[in-house]
This record gives sequence, C-alpha cells and structure tokens, in this order.
Amino acid sequence: MRLIIKEGFIVDPINNFKGNADILIEGGKIKRIDKKIEEKADKVIQAKDKVILPGLIDLHVHLRQPGREDKETIFTGTKASAKGGITTVLAMPNTEPPIDSQENLKLLKEIIKRDAQVEVLPSATITLKREGKKLVDLKSLKEEGVFVFTDDGSSIDDEDLMLQAMLTAKKENVLLFLHCEDKNLSGKGVVNLGVISTRLGLRGIPKEAEYKRIERDLKLAKDTDCPIHITHISCKESVELIAQAKRKGIRVSCDTCPHYFSLTEDDLLDFDTNKKINPPLRTEEDVLVIKQALKEGIIDCITSDHAPHTEHEKEIEFENAEFGTIGLETELSVAITELIETGIIDWQKLAELFCRNPAKILGIDRGSLTLDKEANLVILDPQKYWTVKKEDFLSRSKNSAFLDKTLKGKVEYTIYKGNIIYEEKK
Amino acid sequence: MNNKLNWTRKDLLALSELSKEEIELILETASSFKEVSTREIKKVPALRGKTVVNLFYEPSTRTRVSFEIAAKRLSADVINIIADSSSVRKGESLVDTGKNLEALKIDIIVLRHNSSGAAHLLARNVGVSVINAGDGWHEHPTQALLDIFTLKEKFGKIQGLNVTIIGDIAHSRVARSNIWGLTKLKANVCVCAPKELLPQDIEKLGVRATTDIDEALKDADCINVLRMQLERDERSVFPSTLEYFKQYGITQERLKKLKKNILIMHPGPLNRGVEISSEVADGENSLILEQVTNGIAVRMAVLYLVSQAK
Repeated sequence: MRLIIKEGFIVDPINNFKGNADILIEGGKIKRIDKKIEEKADKVIQAKDKVILPGLIDLHVHLRQPGREDKETIFTGTKASAKGGITTVLAMPNTEPPIDSQENLKLLKEIIKRDAQVEVLPSATITLKREGKKLVDLKSLKEEGVFVFTDDGSSIDDEDLMLQAMLTAKKENVLLFLHCEDKNLSGKGVVNLGVISTRLGLRGIPKEAEYKRIERDLKLAKDTDCPIHITHISCKESVELIAQAKRKGIRVSCDTCPHYFSLTEDDLLDFDTNKKINPPLRTEEDVLVIKQALKEGIIDCITSDHAPHTEHEKEIEFENAEFGTIGLETELSVAITELIETGIIDWQKLAELFCRNPAKILGIDRGSLTLDKEANLVILDPQKYWTVKKEDFLSRSKNSAFLDKTLKGKVEYTIYKGNIIYEEKK
Repeated sequence: MNNKLNWTRKDLLALSELSKEEIELILETASSFKEVSTREIKKVPALRGKTVVNLFYEPSTRTRVSFEIAAKRLSADVINIIADSSSVRKGESLVDTGKNLEALKIDIIVLRHNSSGAAHLLARNVGVSVINAGDGWHEHPTQALLDIFTLKEKFGKIQGLNVTIIGDIAHSRVARSNIWGLTKLKANVCVCAPKELLPQDIEKLGVRATTDIDEALKDADCINVLRMQLERDERSVFPSTLEYFKQYGITQERLKKLKKNILIMHPGPLNRGVEISSEVADGENSLILEQVTNGIAVRMAVLYLVSQAK
C-alpha cells in the first residue's frame, strides 16, 4: 500500500527536522519526505494544521497478560496504545506467571506474535517471582532477546543482591529498570504523607520511601558503573538526587508519568480510588519541580505506568483498592495540555520525551521518521479539545485518573509499519 | 425554620465539605427539634413513610441508638443492619449492599464503617441519601455537630471560643470533624496529644497543635476529651494507659488550675481512669450526658434536611 500524508507539521528531533512536508509511505517504510509529493497513492491523508510525530514509545506499560486477562490483554492493551499514538511499548513482567524464565518468556512472545497491534518489547524480572531473593538467569533471557530487567512494583530490599544484579546487568550489557520504594517506609500507606493524609484519615506514604531508595540505587550504580533507569519519579527530592547523579556522570535515566505533572494529592479529597497510585500523587510543589525537570532534561521521558484494574478492584474502600491508573490513551493529550499549552515545553521537546529519549534509553532504532525505516508515526490535531469518558476507552479497564477531564490535542491517526492501526472516528 | 438557605445536599458526608451557613442551618434545625423529645408524645410526622437503614460495619451502641431514636421521633421506619449478621461476611461489597438497599426502596442509609472514605464511596454509587455515622479515621460529622450544638447552647456562640481537643488525634474522626466545624464557625481550636498521636501537618488544618497539656489547657473554655481507642492496632504507639492517664488524663486536680467555668465534653464511651477521671466525668463541669441528649436533636435535623434536599 502506498500512503501519502500531505502538509502535516513534522517534528522529528532525531533527524533534527521541524516543518511542513509531505510523507510517502510504501511497503511499511518511509520512502520520501518532501515539500510536495505529487505521486499516485492508495490513500492520501490531508494533515494540514496537524502535527506529525514519530510513533510514541512508552517504557512502562502493564499489559497484564498472561494471567490477568480480566484487567487487560496484549490485544486490548495494544489497541489502547494505538489510540494513544504509541507504537512501541515495554511490557512489564509482573504478570502471572511473571516473566522470570525462558519458558514464561516464550509463552509471552507467542501471545505478542498472535495479538499485538503495536510493537511490544518484553522485559523480564530481576529476581525469581519478583521476590527479591534470587536473581533470574539474565544471560539466558538476554539470549532470547530481553534487554530490560525490572522487578517493577517492588524494589529489591537486599542491598547485596541489588549489587549482584547491577554487576550482572553490567556484564550482560542490559538495562535495569527500577521501581524505587522502601516498603519498610511506605508500609500500609495509601496516599502521600502530609496534610491530605491527615485530613482524609488515610495512612501516609512518606517521600523518603521513594527517594531514600533512589539514593541507595544511585550509589550502587556509581560503584558498579551499571546503567540504570529509574521509573515513575514523583517528588522533588528524587529529581534533585537524579540531577546531582547526572552531573557526577552516573549512568542514570529516569521517567515520570502524566499524573505526576498534572494532579496533586488535593485531587483525592473525594476519595476517588482511580487516583490512588503508587508512588502517590504529591504536592503542588512537586508538580512544579517535575515540570521544570522535564523541560531541563533531568527527566528523560514520559511513561504512562498504564495500570489497568477491574472495577471491583477499584470501586471499593480506598484503603483496599488497587494502586494505579490507566494511561495509554491519555498520556499524549495530558502532556500537550499540561506542558505545551502552558508554554513549558515545545513540540520538539515533547517528541524528545516521548520518542527520541526512550528509544535512546532502550538503544533501539525507533523514535524517528527516517527514510527506509519503519513508518511508525502519529498524526494529531493539536487544537482539538476532548473530554475523557469511560465508555470511549479501548483498554479493557477504565480506571483512569483523568475521567471527565477536558484535554487538548487528540490523536487522529496512528500508523504502524505503514498501516493505519488507529483512525479517529469523525 | 424558614431559612434563606435551602439545603441541597442529598448526603451528609463530612463537615469539611459544608459551608458555615450549612452548619448553622443544621444547628438551627436541631434547636427546633430538641423540644420534641420533651413532649409527652415524642413524635413528629416529618419522615412518615420514609425508611432509614442504619448500616453499621463497626460495633457501636450509642451512635446507632441515637440515630434510631432520632429517626423514630421523626416517624420514619428504621432497619438496623449490623455487619456481622448481614451478607457482608459472604463477601458482598459495600456498593452492592448499598444498591440492594436502594432496590428495597429505602430512603436514607446511615453508614458506620471502619474505612476512611466509605461514606463517599457509597454516596457516589447510590441515589438514596447517605449520612456518615463515622468512617475510619476520617470524619464523624454528627458527633461534631452535637458537640458544637452543645457548646452553642452553653456559651451562646462559637466564635472566639477556645476549644482544646485532647487525645488520640491521629486516629480520631471525632477530632477531624470537630476541627472542621469549629474552625468554620471561628472558634480557636487547639489539639493536644503525645507526639505519636499527632498526625502529620495537622496545624495546616487551622489549629494549634501541642504535646504540652498545660499549654493546651491554659485558656480553654472547653475540653473535648477523646476516647483512647484501646481496641486499635496502633495502641502500642503509646506506652501504657496508666502513663497516659498520668500525663494527659483530665482530673479534678488539673481542672483547679483552669478557667472556673470550663466545660468538659467526651464523645463516649468513657474509659474512666484512662483519659478522664470519674470525678470529672460525673462532675459539674461535665456536659457528657447533655451531649447524648443533644445528639438526638442534631440527628433528627440531619435526617430531616437530607430528606428535604432540593
């Protein structure tokens, strides 16, 4: 199929291109990018006044399969990705069973091959069953193509084991992707510790639970020279520690999620469990610091931490509800609304956060619009306002922290390997 | 009761959400209902034909009985559901229980629950009225309303009163509701507890917080003495009840150093010899039984107002 996209505003930081042009796609690849392409095509998309970005890459996605198909599947989760403009996702391995062996990885790969609508990169756990006791066989999993390891949802408490993990990861040249939380400090907490936890009568999670563990892992990364990625950072202190580490040359990258730069603990006053997230929503001050860190490049990329849960796991007593929000279908629009509309960053920076930087962190040849490379891209209407509605989600779960919010910027087309995998209904 | 303000809320969930005017409307409405309990025939037809369900997931005698009496004096039909004997044990969710009650065409659910936010959860899932009769550590609005009602009766006004709340502030829904209600009506509120029992950033709610009981009591017009919640897991955070009594217990000896007409409140049930001595609890400064009586009028007012919500 030959596809021409006319007159869109292209933003591609890898090729350092920003401007209006036509794109010709054929055989799944980008064949031409030019001022005016007047060739015959099977389909022409008029993209005047639209923004075209390389397909987004989301490094933190829970697709829940195998095991929790009631929450999400590879099929529904990647449908949701397509709707959100995301063409590559890193699937978290905390499934049932967890991806901690070649056998389980094989099972996952088969489902991906059968059902995935976008590129799904599997990750594997660092420790067996994510128990923090014994390392998985990183070498054999790497041989099967896994290059990111994470115990996401937990952090390894045993410092010696974490050291071993870093030494092994360094040797095998794979990336450790770290959820930093000291559960001895977060305990049974459900919201940020402070005036809101006091006001609501809910147990608080101190920021120390996050940044003290980041501090430890940064020190280990320094000692071992192992590259690490710290995910979903939520507070000022974490930003400061990472900024400092980067200045010292420690090989660390990090991400934050839309809810950490758009919502605060004050949004919990009505006990909305869709906003019960781990790490918890923090304060206005943290939000400001995170926005600034995104602008300055201290935070490398934006991930969704897409965490689908069923209604009966969410619409229950706050303290018993699961942690997490879905995010694939809203992350780009939240970023446009909160970061571009407010003048904090421009489109170039946005494309770095969603495309260039995550590709760089993974070391994959993605995140750009390059001739003769896979045509993965998103066409969006930057001016369109839309309201987040439960019934519009393609994700199997509807637990969005952004329900009923009006956002600006909407994906109109997502193209993956040259095929239109999502088209906004007019 | 022809107020300018119309009551518009289907539910009463938290005093933090109410305006000063709404709180005043409840207090005024309670004033006019108080007389009903002194009549020979203690009943008015205001809620005739309405059904009130007391849905209690925590043991409670006084709050439940108070709501039951209030509803009956308004001529409502009352059903009591105690968590143990209901289908809760079979794993039915709070929302499902609420929807089933709604399907039984009841009008008001009075909910007591051990989880903070439970009343909000129920209220957003049912169309019938929900009255929060205490949710976790969050709020117990009718208790605070009856405390404030009692204070207003005694002092004539709330503005400018110095009220000290003493005890396990961290785990007290009574404290939180009192803080909201009193500060909205412009009282000066001080909370006092051992530091383990003072929650993070409590002073940001507009109160003074101290661990020094003498400092907390020196200008007080009223002391609201909280119950030490001996049944909670967190009880181990403070060494012993005897030690607590020595340091923070309200005794006759302590009262001697304070304002002569200082008034003592307690939400009950009392732990005599833990947070309060018997002499004080039964003494002339004590409002404890008046609080209980006023609880009926306040709950009648709340039941009435939510049923009339426009």
